Amino acid sequence: MLILEGLEVQQDAFVLRADLSVAPGSRVAIIGASGAGKSTLLAALAGFLPVRGSIRWQGQEISGLSPAERPGAVVFQDNNLFPHLTAFQNVAMGLRASLRLSAAEHQQVEDSLTRVGLVGMGARKPGQLSGGQQSRVTLARMLLQRKPLVLLDEPFAALGPAMRAEMLDLVAALCRANGSTALMVSHDPTDARRFADQVIWVDAGVVHAPVATDALFNAPPPALAAYLGQQS
Amino acid sequence: MANRLFKISRAPLWPGISAAMLVAVLIFGTLAAVLWRAKGFSALGPFDLAALRFTLWQALLSALLSVLLAVPVARALARRQFPGRAALLALMGAPFILPVIVAVLGLLAVFGRKGVFSVALGWIGFDPVQIYGLHGVLLAHVFFNLPLAVRLILQGWLSIPSERFRLAASLGFSPRDMRHLLEYPMLRGVLPGVFTVIFIICLTSFTVVLALGGGPKATTVELAIYQAFRFDFDLGRAALLSLMQFGVGAAAALLALWIAVPGGFGAGLDRAVERWDGRGGLAKLMDAGWIIAAAGFLLLPLLMIALRGVPGLALLPASIWAAALRSLWLALVSVALSMGLALALAIAVQNLRRRWARGMVEGLGYLTIAASPLVMGTGLFLMIFPFANPVALALPVTGLVNALMSLPFVLRALVPALNDIESRYGALADSLGLTGWARLRWLYLPRLRRPLGFAAGLSAALSMGDLGVITLFADPGAATLPLQLFRLMAAYQMQAAAGAALLLLALSLALFWIFDRGGRIDADT
Repeated sequence: MLILEGLEVQQDAFVLRADLSVAPGSRVAIIGASGAGKSTLLAALAGFLPVRGSIRWQGQEISGLSPAERPGAVVFQDNNLFPHLTAFQNVAMGLRASLRLSAAEHQQVEDSLTRVGLVGMGARKPGQLSGGQQSRVTLARMLLQRKPLVLLDEPFAALGPAMRAEMLDLVAALCRANGSTALMVSHDPTDARRFADQVIWVDAGVVHAPVATDALFNAPPPALAAYLGQQS
Repeated sequence: MANRLFKISRAPLWPGISAAMLVAVLIFGTLAAVLWRAKGFSALGPFDLAALRFTLWQALLSALLSVLLAVPVARALARRQFPGRAALLALMGAPFILPVIVAVLGLLAVFGRKGVFSVALGWIGFDPVQIYGLHGVLLAHVFFNLPLAVRLILQGWLSIPSERFRLAASLGFSPRDMRHLLEYPMLRGVLPGVFTVIFIICLTSFTVVLALGGGPKATTVELAIYQAFRFDFDLGRAALLSLMQFGVGAAAALLALWIAVPGGFGAGLDRAVERWDGRGGLAKLMDAGWIIAAAGFLLLPLLMIALRGVPGLALLPASIWAAALRSLWLALVSVALSMGLALALAIAVQNLRRRWARGMVEGLGYLTIAASPLVMGTGLFLMIFPFANPVALALPVTGLVNALMSLPFVLRALVPALNDIESRYGALADSLGLTGWARLRWLYLPRLRRPLGFAAGLSAALSMGDLGVITLFADPGAATLPLQLFRLMAAYQMQAAAGAALLLLALSLALFWIFDRGGRIDADT
């Protein structure tokens, strides 16, 4: 269980407040207008922003931990891969940042590349891979990080709709297989419906507790309806 | 900022802190050594005051002339597109890596008593240019700093968004409106910084004054230190002068902190702004005139070096070749030192948690631009003296001082680059736990390749062409190529000197090219 209690994130004059819990194993979309604070929430969970209040994961307080010590693996909007390292090295970073791998670990990296469908492409650098393949490298690394939480910040933004849908399905499948809890920031309701069983709606600095995706979209509160462009 | 949240050691900081301490010792410790050894000051003579006056005066005039002449040249370059424009801009970057003594020789060949320009003046009944004294010093300083000023001002011009010029054209601005509403505001922002940079560079200029100045009327403090130390071994005077030089340099450095000094080496100058004014014949003629004059002023001395140097190459004594080899080694050692120091400092500046600590480390790195290499050399000489023969250590000392002298330029290339790396990949590296040496190995070094290559090239060329500290020791067995060249000039062996100058020029450019190229080749962006 991920529990946010009296969480406050301050950025200049903007304050984001959250009190909620997320059940383990669920896939949650975080939606809201730009500037509402969705990415701020994710950055605070990942450990990139100072917070007041409490963030607990499985009963343990994690708000004092550094990003690498936290239980979350992050997939950023862009710059997810180091362009000067090969796909193999980028994936291996998820296991051991020093890149000093044992033979067994070497095999684990290869296996991870295989799971995302990149057999034999380990020696290529990101510049030699397509956008979809680059996303797959990111996911292969995410797998090796073995973190129970997956934090995705508008992932795969550079991909076309069909490829993005394919990647979201892949993330969902990987999370299901590993039993991970996933939180994904998105501004696209279609992505949210496709990926998430629950939705957190962020509006003007207020983070609402997660609601079942279908229920929310079928009867949106007025502010969400306005954001979605629906007449209420 | 996100990356200063937790007490994780992103990258090792102790090398940077040690480097900062070493730099502090080399700047302040050497000064203290000179003071201590002097056992009190000699009285301030009229000659010393004259040196101070001349130092400030020539730096002021050099900066003023460079900036004033650079404005029309930069303006012409900003609004004209012509074949060879890119080559001319590349040439404008060259004086920075041109050995000073080589340029002096080239300027002598053009503007000297028997130089081509003076001869041409003679044909139309004028007296030749006075190259020795203030005139010559100014000429050489403008030669070196005009291109720098042009590039920096050109950056200012190109930073005016093209929409503004379109707007100006559609509103029917007159040339006067154009100046008042677009150009003067930009120049007001840019010129003080450009002026300050050139003023500081000229304050510590030594080689130019050594070769073209001298005498009671044209001696800088820096040259006076050299004379006090080398000819009179009057440490009291050397100490006093050192203090004076340091005071002037520190004051100028404070000035530079206060005035925004333009940064960078001008990437992306390869486009001209499209403008709808200056289409008249006179404007075109004026612009062409400025461009041709500037190109001629820069090219002619270099051309003379090449023309006179080729026959001179055959006359080079064996000692020149030995000196060339020594200089190459020296350059490589000093590159290694300056890269190591700068990298350590830049990493500390990026990752230190406290603002004042970052400021102090960075400030120390940049302070070396105002520090005097001769003060440092003198101080090191005195510090070594009780333990070893300083002359035997002339080369290591020179290499160290050279490394320090290139530090500000190297830092200027590395600090922003590292900041950019952290802002792009810092969060990813943090989330992966890429810390300590691994961050250096897998993130910083590979991504810094281009700026490192460029900075190493710069540092190598600067060290290769340096004629500063080495003159203090001047042991024939440990002479560098610039020193040997200077000796040939002093002995009026002008042909051999031209050959040596060509060799030195070629080696400096080659070193820069190899390092810079090494950083670019196969670099993943």
